[in-house]
Amino acid sequence: MHWQIDLFILALIIVCALAAINVRDLLGAAILFGAYSFLMCLLWAVMGAVDVAFTEASVGAGVSTVFFVAAVFQTTRRSKD
Amino acid sequence: MKRIGLILVILCGAVLLYATKDFPAWGDPASPASTHLSPHYIQHALEETEVSNLVTAVLADYRGYDTMFETVVIFAAGLACFLLLRTFAARRKEGWYVRHIPTGVVIHFQRRPSIPESRVFERLDTQWVPHDLIIKTISRILIPFIQLFSLYVVAHGDFSPGGGFQGGVMFGATLVLMAISFDLRTALSKVGEKFLALLAASGVIVYGGIGVLCMLLGGEFLDYSELARILPVHAEEARALGMIGVEIGVGMAVTAVMAIIYVNIASAGRHDEGL
Repeated sequence: MHWQIDLFILALIIVCALAAINVRDLLGAAILFGAYSFLMCLLWAVMGAVDVAFTEASVGAGVSTVFFVAAVFQTTRRSKD
Repeated sequence: MKRIGLILVILCGAVLLYATKDFPAWGDPASPASTHLSPHYIQHALEETEVSNLVTAVLADYRGYDTMFETVVIFAAGLACFLLLRTFAARRKEGWYVRHIPTGVVIHFQRRPSIPESRVFERLDTQWVPHDLIIKTISRILIPFIQLFSLYVVAHGDFSPGGGFQGGVMFGATLVLMAISFDLRTALSKVGEKFLALLAASGVIVYGGIGVLCMLLGGEFLDYSELARILPVHAEEARALGMIGVEIGVGMAVTAVMAIIYVNIASAGRHDEGL
């Protein structure tokens, strides 16, 4: 059962990563990046690296998403390319 | 330009992939890391440091230098955010908005008004969103519990997952939550800019200071077992206590830097209103 979970989460991570690069709305990209970090956190937890999962959940999914949203709020939502 | 970037990225990726060929195979029991270091940590960490969480023992004790400079990197990130973004320019093209609470009249000032905040007048953000009672109340209830839990995470890093970084980030996140659910000025009135800067610097000093203290007691830098000379414990327990000490330093620095980065980004360095 383990590898199915791994594979499912990995597939979702790749989808999130590609979507975060390609989406034109920067706020959407920030949220997708948060989802990517959260899925990474799940993957670390499945692998048994609980400390890393904890860091990823707090830093990656939590605070850095807020920083991105704050930066988008001060600049622009539209991507130039 | 975009094409050059793409080519550079592909080249770098190819070089990195080529370099991974020299690594030992994944999970190879005969690799140097699994024959010398890992078994030593796994078999002796508990008796040498009396810390049951191996990850903390490796991060804060065996590789104390690494974690110390990670803390310095975090501190430098906060400092860079402050130096790049903080501005003291008084002129704002949007002007200032002040509301007279008894009548509800909003006054628009071209220059900074000299009206102090009171029960009669309140500052409004330029992009004003009505304060939501539910969000404010829930945040007010939640913030103390999150802060308590983050202190638990810092203090309990020796025995369970967590430590200075995670606890510090969570504590910083409560300050961000306060700034979002109320407004930036409320959060900054609780923890001032000077306080945050002092907290960030003293966190790094606590970490380095424990290392220097070990040197003064006759050991090597960050060799916590020397702390047994001034603490009423034996050498192994002193290492555990030294780890808690440096985790507290890391937690202080990370908490303050998270708040500094958020406040500077959200208000574009003006510290008066934002997100």
